[in-house]
Parts: sequence; structure tokens; C-alpha cells
Amino acid sequence: MPYWAFDAPDVFAAEQQRLFEGPVWNYLCLEAEIPNAGDYKTTFAGRMPVIVVRDRDGAINAFENRCAHRGALIALDNRGNAKSFSCVYHAWSYNLRGDLVGVAFQKGVKGEGGMPPSFCMADHHPRKLRVETISGLVFGSVASDAAPLRAYLGDEIVARIERVFRGRTPVVLGRFTQSLPNNWKLYVENVKDSYHASILHLFFTTFKLNRLSMKGGIIIDPSGGHHVSYSQIDPAAARDAEYTAQQLRSEDESFGLADPTLLNGFDEFPDGVTLQILSVFPGFVLQQIQNAIAVRQVLPREVDRTDLNWTYLGFADDTPEQRSIRSKQSNLVGPAGYVSMEDGCVGGFVQRGIASAQDECAVLEMGGSSAESQESRATESSVRGFWKAYRAVMGL
Amino acid sequence: MSDALTAIAALNARYARCIDDDGLAGWPDFFTERCLYKVTTAENFADGLEGAVIYADSRAMLVDRVSALGEANIYEKHAYRHILGAPFIVSEQDDGTRSETSFVVVRIMRDGTTDVFASGRYVDVVRLEGGEAKLAQRIVVCDSSRIDTLLALPL
Repeated sequence: MPYWAFDAPDVFAAEQQRLFEGPVWNYLCLEAEIPNAGDYKTTFAGRMPVIVVRDRDGAINAFENRCAHRGALIALDNRGNAKSFSCVYHAWSYNLRGDLVGVAFQKGVKGEGGMPPSFCMADHHPRKLRVETISGLVFGSVASDAAPLRAYLGDEIVARIERVFRGRTPVVLGRFTQSLPNNWKLYVENVKDSYHASILHLFFTTFKLNRLSMKGGIIIDPSGGHHVSYSQIDPAAARDAEYTAQQLRSEDESFGLADPTLLNGFDEFPDGVTLQILSVFPGFVLQQIQNAIAVRQVLPREVDRTDLNWTYLGFADDTPEQRSIRSKQSNLVGPAGYVSMEDGCVGGFVQRGIASAQDECAVLEMGGSSAESQESRATESSVRGFWKAYRAVMGL
Repeated sequence: MSDALTAIAALNARYARCIDDDGLAGWPDFFTERCLYKVTTAENFADGLEGAVIYADSRAMLVDRVSALGEANIYEKHAYRHILGAPFIVSEQDDGTRSETSFVVVRIMRDGTTDVFASGRYVDVVRLEGGEAKLAQRIVVCDSSRIDTLLALPL
């Protein structure tokens, strides 16, 4: 894997056109964030600013947050409710589908000025995205030639998304943006890299918090771009062990946590999966670590700057006790997470390490050279899968 | 100056010194045994969202955070300098004194890079425990929703 992929400005520029605006689905927001007609959220497809809005008929529309007149942002708030949108610069206005419906002084003032008679409002509008949803997650695609979302994801990834949501209505518990000092692909590689987990993240090992009777594996879709890494209680082994399903336990109390209630869980997932990290190409992550559920949106800002938007989730039917458990377990994840804070800095270590190594290459041979599903997590197969999908889209 | 104002200002001064200059070991002792320490953003706080990047409801959880930072977590060496405003006393009640204190935290990286890492306010409840003023609640409400790289040392 050549290092120029992480710091070449021309590659970074090409990614916006070929990849983020290409035949992929970008995660935009949650349906739960825009429940009512007129509710909108501003978001991004790569670096393209996007408005996602709930229409009067309940449909979800998404269009570029760029006025068709002179290119200014149309919406300036993170979230809100609107009957229509109006650009502050010259008051060109848009309906909830992104159609241009008003041009200030179109007929001029007292017969002077104004747009030429040939001007047709229907010819001018910000670019519109195709929108599809799965389990309340809203995805948008700029290119018209992307496969439908479910076909894009494939059956295995769809099932792995649905097992987390199980038809429940998600509730946003909090939002945080983590600024990463590295190219966006270094973070995506990190998410897919199951090899580093027990080496870089020492929290569980240090506190002797070992999972008993676990099995796990990696699922990679045929495109290579999406993956699932999971661990699951092995029912055969678990039958003999005296412990509750979701709990971790300390082997040696003297090394344990002073307050082990951090890891108390509740029985939420009947399949016994205690950890599932799922990624959708190019920049979406769905996380279930015990009962800590979150979505992460990976957004390129500059060639060596990335925004990681965390949205922590609960569900509408959570009890107060379950909410409290989710809050405690959220200490494991996010910018200050016991098993994730290292991921915030390690991409920067690579970015700085490769400062003059454009002609050198990374080694990605753990677990062979293919990009297929594996039972072992001592593998880099899903990282190879990312590059397989990346090359296909980028034509590199 | 009221007694409460003096006591909380003194508590804050010791708190900042503990994190910035004294290696963090005594940080949990600023809190009551059952307590609430949270780090969140102004937007989440205003929207009534309970999610936090750090959440502890016991002093023991803070002890665990200090241990994890010292022994488990990996991050580049850095230090903070807390600049704290004068406490604003919201109310004095039997169950504790509610106050708010503005903060700016400057982060110094190992190569000398110095940045404003966070600004915001502490939303506190201070109670006497064994004759000493302790934090029964410190909600660290950061003005920005953005955290650069990672949050290791507490605010």
C-alpha cells in the first residue's frame, strides 16, 4: 500500500469526484433526527455540504447545500425546521425538494433589471442526491449509477445492521466531533484493522477483564468495502460457565476496576454478540460494544484532517436503568474512550511518520493476501478489502 | 466575599493544580463518594441530551480513569494549563451549593505546540463531606462540540 495515497493533494481532490460523488452511498443522518415535516439537518457527502430534509409527505430529500445562483450555503444551522429554504445572499428560495421556487426581483424593479425572459427556474437547482434508508439510517448517493442501498450493502451487512436496531426507534443521546490529525483513509483502515485491537488498546488486558468463552470473526462483503468484526458468546462453552451473558469479569480482584459497574450490561441482544463493529464504504461505522451503541460518520476535511462525527444512541423503549448503563459503557468509546482514544492519535502517528515516505509502502500481509471473511481476527483482510473497493471506484 | 465563593474558588484552584502540576493522582479526592462527573458539549447540554464523552457516577470510577490513563491507555505526552474564572454562585441550599465556573484549558504537546484545547463552564454542586468542600457534581460543559485528537487528561 503506497503511502502517497494518504498525502497526495491530487488523490484527495479526485476522491471527492470519483468516490464520494461516485457510485457509493454516504451516511447522512438518522431518520430520528428529522421526524417531522420540514425538519432538516445539514451534513456532508465527503466534502459536499448537504441538506437532508423531511418532506410534507414524509419522504426524505437530500440536496447540495449550495445556492444555484452564486454558490453560497443555503442552510446555516446544524438542524432546524423549515417550510422552505432561502439563501441569505440574494434570497433565492427553494422548496423541501431543492427545487428553485423564487428569485428575488426576477422581474426587476419598476420594469428595470431583472432576469432575462429566457431564464427558467426549473433549469437551476442544487444537485440532488438519491436517498434510501435502512433501520432508520439515512444514506444519500450523488451518482445516479449506484446500486440500490440494500444491494450495495449485501444481505450479510443488511442483517448485521438490522440485528442492532431490531426495528426499534433510536434516540440520540449525544453528539461529538473528534478532529483527527490524519487522512480519512487512515481512520477507516483503523476501524477495519482487527489486528491492532488487543495490541494498541490495553484497557481490557490491564484490568484483567477477559471475556470467557467467546468466538468471533470477520465478515467482508464481496466488494471488499463493507465489513463486520464481531465477538460472540460461544453457547457451547457458555453453558458450563457461571457468569451472566453480557458481563465481563475480572480474573483477579486486586487488578480489577475500583468500580466494576462500568461493565455491567443488560441483556439486549439475544444472539449473544457482545461486540460488533460494522463499516459501510466509504465512511460509515455502526458500533455495538456491549450496550454502547453509536454511529460514526467519517468526513474528509483536508488531506491530513478528518472529522469523525459520533452520535451516541439509545432506544425509545429504554428504561432509566438501561440508559444509565449505556452512559457508563460510553466511557469505553468516543474521543475519551478506554478502548478507543488511541484510535484518535494513531492515525496522526502514521501521517507524521510518512511525511517523506511517498515512495515507500505499508505491509498488509497479516492473514494472507485475500480480502475474504475469516474466523481469526489476527488478520488485515478487511483492510485489504477497503483498498480493493477503493481501487475499483477510483480507477487506480 | 461570601464563604461559599471563597471555598469554591479555593477548591477550583486546588483542582486545577492537581491536573496541571501534580500528576492527577489526587483528582478523585475532590469528589464525594457518590458523585457525577461528566464531560459534554454546550449543544448536548442545552438540548438535554444525557450522552457524555466521560461519565462517572462514583469516585471509584474516577480512580479507575486515573489508573487507566497511567497504566493502560496510550497517548502522546501532553499537559494542560487550566485558567479558571471566578465562581458564580447560583444558589445555596441544604443539599449543596450550586455554582458555575468558566474555564479555558490550554494543551501543551511534547513538541511545544500550545493550543486552546477547550473552553466552557463547570456546572457544579459542592457539598461539605467531613468538613471539606467536595464536588457532588461537576458537569464539564465544553463550548465547542469539537475535540481535537482525543481527550485523555480530564478537564
